[in-house]
Amino acid sequence: MLDSSFIDRHTKILFPLPAVLFVALMMVFPVFYTFTISFSNWNLTSGLPPQFVGFKTYLSILQESRFWYALGRTFYFTVLAVTIETVLGMIWALILNREFLGKNLAKLSLLLPMVSTPVAIGIAWTLFYEPTIGLANWVLQSAGLAPLNWIADKQLVIPSLVIVDIWQWTPMMTLIMLAGLAGLSVEPYESARVDGANGIQIFWRITLPMVSPVILTAVVLRSIDALKTYDIIYAMTNGGPGFASETLNIYAYNLSFNYFRLGHASVVLFFLFVVVMILSYLVAKLRQRLEE
Amino acid sequence: MTTKKIVTKLIFYILVLFVVIPILFPLVWIFISSIKTQVDITAYPPKWVFTPTLQNYSKVFQEQNFLKFFYNSTIVGVTAVFFSLILGLPAAYSIARYKQEKLNLLILIARLMPGIALLLPWYLLFSRLMLIDTYISLILSHMLIGLPIVVWIMTSFFASVPLEIEESARVDGATHQRTFISIVLPVSTPGIVTSTTLAFLFSWNNFMFSQVLSMERTKTLPIAVYNFVSYAEVDWGAVMAATVVIIAPAIVLTMLFQKYVVRGLTMGAVKG
Repeated sequence: MLDSSFIDRHTKILFPLPAVLFVALMMVFPVFYTFTISFSNWNLTSGLPPQFVGFKTYLSILQESRFWYALGRTFYFTVLAVTIETVLGMIWALILNREFLGKNLAKLSLLLPMVSTPVAIGIAWTLFYEPTIGLANWVLQSAGLAPLNWIADKQLVIPSLVIVDIWQWTPMMTLIMLAGLAGLSVEPYESARVDGANGIQIFWRITLPMVSPVILTAVVLRSIDALKTYDIIYAMTNGGPGFASETLNIYAYNLSFNYFRLGHASVVLFFLFVVVMILSYLVAKLRQRLEE
Repeated sequence: MTTKKIVTKLIFYILVLFVVIPILFPLVWIFISSIKTQVDITAYPPKWVFTPTLQNYSKVFQEQNFLKFFYNSTIVGVTAVFFSLILGLPAAYSIARYKQEKLNLLILIARLMPGIALLLPWYLLFSRLMLIDTYISLILSHMLIGLPIVVWIMTSFFASVPLEIEESARVDGATHQRTFISIVLPVSTPGIVTSTTLAFLFSWNNFMFSQVLSMERTKTLPIAVYNFVSYAEVDWGAVMAATVVIIAPAIVLTMLFQKYVVRGLTMGAVKG
């Protein structure tokens, strides 16, 4: 039946079929499974079979302050990181947006943090943040400032992790914005110069409005990835000190694989899933608008 | 050149250094630390002049079985990317040619889905199938990283292939699959290089999936590097050497395919 004319007639269905089956098996089915056990009180340590409890597990998660703190921290981390990355990324892109000797090397160095293994990077930064021998405190003390405890300090742990995220992902923003700037037409600039506009006016009135769709898409994509940040947090603090850097991801991991409270874990995962679904929808809409 | 021009140029290059140095410095420092003895690493203030040593690297490869972990990461990455291409290329072609928006959305969701949301059901499923700590479960999980990347990138590439060259092949009596394999794929080589490189890099760097699905037998490099620090006394030199071992291939790959990597990474936000 699978002769070549059959395939030829049904390309539209047959070409994507294997990929669709794979995604259904590896993603759609697991998501539904998670959804199902979120209505149970399944706990592997109790040794009891899972029981259907309706929304009880949802209510119990909503009453746990640890969940709300994790949720708040996840957004705190994301907003802080993405805001700084966007502004810094734009500044860097404006600097690099011209032809100069060594531009390719500069662009290559931008790529390196992004392609470096996050876990390994996290561990290396743990050494930089080491209070007694680390580079971070040496830099502070050379500048005449008091040393800090960085990731060992409950107040500073999230900003310290954000610095690592900024180091790794600002280059991504810069590259995206460079690509956006390269695609701009020159006419508005020429007429603005004729009208005697200065550099700052040109940036706010012309450049920024024209690249804003690109920036917006980059911000949404980066936010989704920042919300999902797991590797560097796990490697550097594992949610600590105490729970001071426990984000939703880490919390869900702990519930699943350390406490074996599968019902509760599923509820948290479901929340995470809903947030990502909303953002995916946003990305799809933005992408459509870009393509028009 | 006038003095003013020279000064402007100088200021510009200083600005460029302000961008490049903070980016490169941590990587350089990782490498420097990897060739220091434990005494030199723990010295404070940090030592800039020291006698380099390779003992950390010999530790990584002799005391820890890093060659094996390197092999595991490579096998999982290469196989997962291969099958991602097999499944992803025709899917992307069909999305591009028949405007299958729903399919596109499904792939987008797969790309953005937090791995942790799938890990628990995968763990339960793979334990029941006795597939924990096998290449099969690792490859399947890493394909969920590779496939969305391949489809995401290739859809734009295929959409930009002019329809005329396909139509002329159709007129000559070629089937869709024939046209796809012998005409569309060859002209899309840059896209295939882009998606292959990116999919491999993301698989190479993945920590979360291997953390749960692999044990001693199939342990990949990110897990091996992480395990180094969970020991009581951290041997920083060896940790930094291990970090160099895992990052170096990614950096070499990026240097070789710089143009493609940039294109792939920025594709999400900037059209084609």
